[in-house]
Formats: sequence, structure tokens, C-alpha cells
Amino acid sequence: MIKVVLHNGRTEEIEGPKQVRQILKELGILENTVLVARGEDLLTPDRIVQDGEIIELIPVISGGFL
Amino acid sequence: MKCRVCKSLAVISLPRHNSAFCKEHFFEFFYNQVKKAIKEFRMFRPSERILVCVSGGKDSLSLWHALTVLGYPADGLYIDLGIGGYSEKSKEMAEKMANLLGRRLIIVEFGREYAPVNVVAKRARRSECSACGTIKRYYFNRVALEEGYDVVATGHNLDDEAARLLGNILRWHIPFIAKQLPVLEEENELKKKVKPLCRLTEQEIAAYAFLNRISYIRDECPMSQDSTSLLYKRALNLIEAESPGTKHFFYLEFLKQRDIFSVSPTNHDRTGIKRCEICGSASQTDICSFCRLVSYLQPLKT
Repeated sequence: MIKVVLHNGRTEEIEGPKQVRQILKELGILENTVLVARGEDLLTPDRIVQDGEIIELIPVISGGFL
Repeated sequence: MKCRVCKSLAVISLPRHNSAFCKEHFFEFFYNQVKKAIKEFRMFRPSERILVCVSGGKDSLSLWHALTVLGYPADGLYIDLGIGGYSEKSKEMAEKMANLLGRRLIIVEFGREYAPVNVVAKRARRSECSACGTIKRYYFNRVALEEGYDVVATGHNLDDEAARLLGNILRWHIPFIAKQLPVLEEENELKKKVKPLCRLTEQEIAAYAFLNRISYIRDECPMSQDSTSLLYKRALNLIEAESPGTKHFFYLEFLKQRDIFSVSPTNHDRTGIKRCEICGSASQTDICSFCRLVSYLQPLKT
């Protein structure tokens, strides 16, 4: 299984191998709202993640106006 | 995906530019967008003193970092609003960046001097985001004036500006729309304000921060979780996912055609500036919005 670490500390497990794009789709997350990191690398939506690998989803949206 | 420039493995995909870049060429793209904004909107020259308003988040810290890399020596201003652990953590990030860049960080302890922003907002019957905005705008200008900075830079990005534009259009706030520019020129003791990241999305800025290993506060401000700006950003991101480039076109095309929103002078203009009877700073009314806001705390102080 692929371990997906979410921002709020929760983790999800998804069967691999799978494209980043498909993982985000399964989790209901828009591609333009997160960065997908594997260790110190950023993954583009076409990259394939294998079973046993860990990826982290980093949210990019911040709120409030000055 | 391959980098559009060198064909090596890409680290980021930019559908709005129909491109993908490796780390090196993404940085090149990023700096070009910042330089383009600075030049196109005549924001500042390297000889001018720049004060970057830093919140500890990715946008302002990346702005400070990028300006320094591009040869614009800038100092930072952090305003501690007294939001418990969130403020402590964000201040720590700002201090860390100041150390990394070897630049000065000015810290204003609003929460300690007056009260936490949520207390101020409650007393004044305003939203936390509204009170926060009033406090920050006041100190940006005051500190820049007192410390002799030529220009104040904020980390507002393309998503911020597009979301704000959408919100203003949905309510037809024409005077706000007419004034929603990446540069507000200096006038009547109101310092020049600029937004050098206005051509970059939040995702691009987050990638810049990640790839440069910039430590920033990832938690959303606890006060802003229900803000309408987040709603508008979600709506725009949904459209963007289906139609890449819409957000970019929406905001940057507005800037080209903003003259159609020109309006007669209103109380949002910087003309007709008076002096606040309490603090003496430039104000559109007898008492400035900051002094009005903190006046609600008077019973607390006695």
C-alpha cells in the first residue's frame, strides 16, 4: 500500500502502484491545491508511486486578506 | 513530465503555462515572474529601501528570500497579534528567515501592547480578519515612515488577488475594484505599497519555499478558517482545474482593462487625507481606523 500523509496528521492508505493524479482524485483533492512530496522531491501528477512508498500532501492555500 | 527547457525530470507542472520545469528552470521561471512584476508595475529600484511584511507564512517569507536573491536588499516587519501558539510559531519562522538572509527584522508586539486580535475584534464587533487587516495596514505604514523605508512589500499572490477581485465583483464594490492594483503609489504620508508576487500562484510559491527548504508556518491562521477569501479561492481553483489559465487571465487581464472601472473620488481614495486626532498619522477621517479599533479596548485598560 501507498501511505499518504495529510496535513492534519491523518494518513490514508491507497493501493499502488498509482499515478499521483489518480491518488489525488481518489482522495477528492484538486491538483492545484497541494504539493505532493516524496522525501525531498516534488512529484508531478504523472509520476507513479509504488506500494510501500510514503508521500506527503502539502496544502498551498492560505486565507485572509490584508 | 519533462522540463520544458532542459528535458530532465520535472518537479512541477504548470498547466496554465502548458509547461513543466526541473528545479533549476522553475527557479528561473519564478524569478522572471517576480522581475516582470517589479518592472511592469514600476515597483522599486535596487537602491530603494524595501520593507517586507512577513507573517511567517510561505508567501511573505518566499518574497523576502526571492527579493534578496534578486539583489533587492529588504528588511522584514513582523506584527505579533497575540494569537497564542500560532503567533509564537510564525514569529519564530520570521526570525529564522532574518538570520538566514542576514537582514533586520522589526517586531511589533501588538498583542502584548493592546490585546490579542480576537479580543479586539470581539470588542469592536468586527471579524478577526477585518481587525487584523486594520492593525497590519496601520503598522506597515507607520513603521515604514518612522524607519525611513521607501516602499512596503506584501506577499499577496495571484490567488489572493484573483479571489479578492472575484469577491469585489460579486458584490460590485466598484471603488475597491478600481483600487485593486499591484502598486499603490506613495501619497500624503501613505507609503508606496507593492505586491511583487502577484504573477505567481500559491502552488508555485509553496513549491519555491519547499525547494529552497524555507521553514514556514503551514497551519492556516485559526482566525481565517471560515473567511470568504477561502471560499472564493476554492471556487477559482475548481474552475482552474477544468480550464487552466483562467485565474491568470481573470486577474492579469483585469489589470490591463481596469480603466473601465474608474470612478469618481470616494472615501477609499488617498486624496483628502487628514491627520488622526489621536495618533497623528495620515487618515481619511478625524480618528484613524486603527485608533478607532483599539478605542474599544479602553474599558479593559482602566
